[in-house]
Amino acid sequence: MAGNLRALRRRIRSTKSTKKIFSAQELIAGARIVRAQARVEASKPYAREITRVLSALASSASLDHPLLTERENPRRAAVLVITSDRGFAGSYNVNVLRRTEELLSLLRQEGKEPVLYVVGRKGETYYRFRDRPMADVFTGFSEQPGYADAQRVGEELIAVFTAGEDDDESGPGADGLLGVDELHIVFTEFRSLLAQVPVAKRLAPLEVEEVEEFDYEREDREAGRTADSGIPTSYEFEPSAEALLDALLPKYVTTRIYAAMLEAAASESASRRRAMKSASDNAEELAKSLARQANQIRQADITQEISEIVGGADALVSSNADD
Amino acid sequence: MATLQVELVAVERTIWSGEATMVIARTTEGELGVLPGHAPLLGQLAEGGVVTIRTAEGDDLVVAAHGGFLSVTQQGVSILAETAEISAEIDVDRAREALRRAESEGDEPEALAAARRAQGRLRAAGQES
Repeated sequence: MAGNLRALRRRIRSTKSTKKIFSAQELIAGARIVRAQARVEASKPYAREITRVLSALASSASLDHPLLTERENPRRAAVLVITSDRGFAGSYNVNVLRRTEELLSLLRQEGKEPVLYVVGRKGETYYRFRDRPMADVFTGFSEQPGYADAQRVGEELIAVFTAGEDDDESGPGADGLLGVDELHIVFTEFRSLLAQVPVAKRLAPLEVEEVEEFDYEREDREAGRTADSGIPTSYEFEPSAEALLDALLPKYVTTRIYAAMLEAAASESASRRRAMKSASDNAEELAKSLARQANQIRQADITQEISEIVGGADALVSSNADD
Repeated sequence: MATLQVELVAVERTIWSGEATMVIARTTEGELGVLPGHAPLLGQLAEGGVVTIRTAEGDDLVVAAHGGFLSVTQQGVSILAETAEISAEIDVDRAREALRRAESEGDEPEALAAARRAQGRLRAAGQES
């Protein structure tokens, strides 16, 4: 019995110390959410401005940029998956990977060959374990992505997209590089502290509806503007509108990747905090029930000892009485 | 006096926003100055270019903007940059070091771009390179 008690006490100690780790992780994740949300907010002015500039361009330039045009019979599609570098985040990675699988099978059904690009060590191990080929892996920044990271990913994706322009059935076209015809991104959208939803979006070709959407926004703004100035806006371009569009679109795609990474980072921290919260609650619960068990055993030990002593004394008394 | 509402935004955060009397920038086509009432304009800033914002208080704010665009509307001016640094925040020694490193790397396109960026930083800091 005493050995059992010792084992229980050891378990209580270890449960309590893991609980400390969990609650520390919870606090760290909590602080990170706040920072991640601030970064999401800080990146919004740029996103708003670039959207405005793009919509102004869209109304003036002809929209036949490769990043905007739908290709005839697309054969290969790049999928960028954003996962976390570290675990301890509950179902965060599982959810985003499941959403990816859905997208992959959809792409296959449409007769497109998916090409995987993975951000985050967790996604990397997932696909490596299953022996699935990955075109490239980017790790080391999932919790605090910088714009430089998004740029690196964006440049590579845009390069491979551009390389796909002249591919045909037989393989790579004139440039000798096998590219892709579509770019997709799967990441976890941060809706609130309690709800993070994995979403899949197409980055390129940019959906035309979106450009039209910008147009409406712009028209609304212009309507407001013409009211006070009386002059409709018509932009001068330096250099030409087409050259500007060329320069702006890749940046726009990169901005969208960056925004997705920021959202994913916020979601990751939120998810981790929730997981760590329930883990530390569970540890607390476990420590409590183990303590009860230990107390019970201790009590039983004492009772047994007492009854042994009493029994022994009784035996002595009765043997003495016989004399 | 009429002023311009100027927003200087980098991808990661808004760097500066406020009233200004004039904005001087260099696009890929050439240098230009924007005064209040300028016609709407969209321009691509020259790589390694320097943007000068003359604030309403009369100070000159010199900024090194990389990979940027300039958008002038009736409301004001917005400068979009991938990264931007205000001259006071530029570490001259580091920029020099970056320039030296980039120049020693030869004619790779990336090294050339890095060299132009470093030159822009130095120009903005008032250190002719």
